Amino acid sequence: MTTGSTGTKSGQTLVKGSRGTRSTIALKILMALSGLAFIGFVLGHMYGNLKAFSGQAAFNEYAEHLRELGEPLLPHSGLLWIIRVGLIVALVVHVVTALMLTQRAHAARTQKYAVKKNVASSVSSRTMRWGGVTILVFLVWHLLNFTIGKINPATGDTGDAAGDPYSLLVDTFDLWWMTIIYLVAMVALGLHLHHGTWSSMQTLGFTGTAASRARAKAAGWIVAVVVAGGFSLVPLSVLLGIIEK
Amino acid sequence: MNLTLNIWRQANATAQGAMHTYQLGDVSEDMSFLEMLDVLNEQLLAADEDPIAFDHDCREGICGSCDLMINGQAHGPEVTTTCQLHMRSFKDGDNITIEPWRADAFPVIKDLMVDRSAFDRIIASGGFISANTGSAPEANAAPIQRDKALRAFNMATCIGCGACVAACPNGSASLFMGAKITQLGLLPQGQPERDSRVIGMVGQHDAEGFGGCTNIGECAGACPKEIPLDVISQLNKDLRTAIKNGH
Repeated sequence: MTTGSTGTKSGQTLVKGSRGTRSTIALKILMALSGLAFIGFVLGHMYGNLKAFSGQAAFNEYAEHLRELGEPLLPHSGLLWIIRVGLIVALVVHVVTALMLTQRAHAARTQKYAVKKNVASSVSSRTMRWGGVTILVFLVWHLLNFTIGKINPATGDTGDAAGDPYSLLVDTFDLWWMTIIYLVAMVALGLHLHHGTWSSMQTLGFTGTAASRARAKAAGWIVAVVVAGGFSLVPLSVLLGIIEK
Repeated sequence: MNLTLNIWRQANATAQGAMHTYQLGDVSEDMSFLEMLDVLNEQLLAADEDPIAFDHDCREGICGSCDLMINGQAHGPEVTTTCQLHMRSFKDGDNITIEPWRADAFPVIKDLMVDRSAFDRIIASGGFISANTGSAPEANAAPIQRDKALRAFNMATCIGCGACVAACPNGSASLFMGAKITQLGLLPQGQPERDSRVIGMVGQHDAEGFGGCTNIGECAGACPKEIPLDVISQLNKDLRTAIKNGH
């Protein structure tokens, strides 16, 4: 831990000159803000994916349109790259703060309980760390699958040979095991969003009453179901033959 | 009732501790949990063994001294302090595991006793208001809305027992800080030092080695005074405001 006032067990003394920006809560605020950026992204991404129901031409046109956003003010793929850089920054912030806070939490209790019951916490809240790792591993494959390498798992082709965006999508999800991997990732994402949405509101200090707390928890359910459910529609529809080439 | 007790024994702060098993018979359901331990200690003393050290003081549920992790729950299965827990919450033949609060910021002194002076230092770092002595102002001169006064009072019921830290998987004291921040933040007397209060308390909290909050809510579930989770939102909001004000 490199931050000034954190992690330096001072024992019997009072700390002087604490800085708010160096506190664990500042780390949490960074985590909440980067998480909110991801919530915005997955909502837009999920909505865009539903274009797959409009057929090959419409979906490919949508994929190309993402690159034309902002033209002619911005160069080709200009806005797309601005968004990508923003997401990469958010990812780095989210992962680094998660690592720092996890390390702190482990250091705060080095002697574990022989027996420990959870009575008030949700499953989603207790799976944030491993769920986050699951999503990160999935993200690596997802980018290799559709963006960076364009690996077509059905044909083994990569790059342009993997086919147009729509063909790559249908080929991928026609494999039942590929659909299972994506659905498992969506369960992890849904759980992460269920706790993360409400938790971000709490961390930013918007849930100071019982009513606002209930609203934030409801928002967590809505975001989780809409995003994970909406994303899952496309692979399921391909597997069931509703979306086909 | 007859009980099997698995209790953490540790000779001193630096010694290696371990769980020990004791059999205790003839326990009345009307005994408090601490009275049950008193009976066990009498049995140990009669056998020339070292009695089990545990924290207790008022035994009325108001001082916050008693601090046992009972079967994995801070203060045991009821929403109250350990001293107000009675053996009627258990049944004949039960296996009861008793451990001290586990947090590196609460080091074990002996057996089930832990050093919670970290909480005192957090309070000393801002959990107060400064008032001049000798010329106390007229109490009714500062009007306070009734709902605010009630909420401030409810947050002031925190007895600093440390159950929130014990129950938190991150070993965070956010609920403890949030209760004090919310209480003083609701009152006009708390305003002048509002920013420095939250900065000082959180800085001390972090330096003591408590963890960060993940908003999972085990703290509020374990709190014998039912401090709600929204005080942590208030804590976060006050810190954010203090940062904005340049602290």
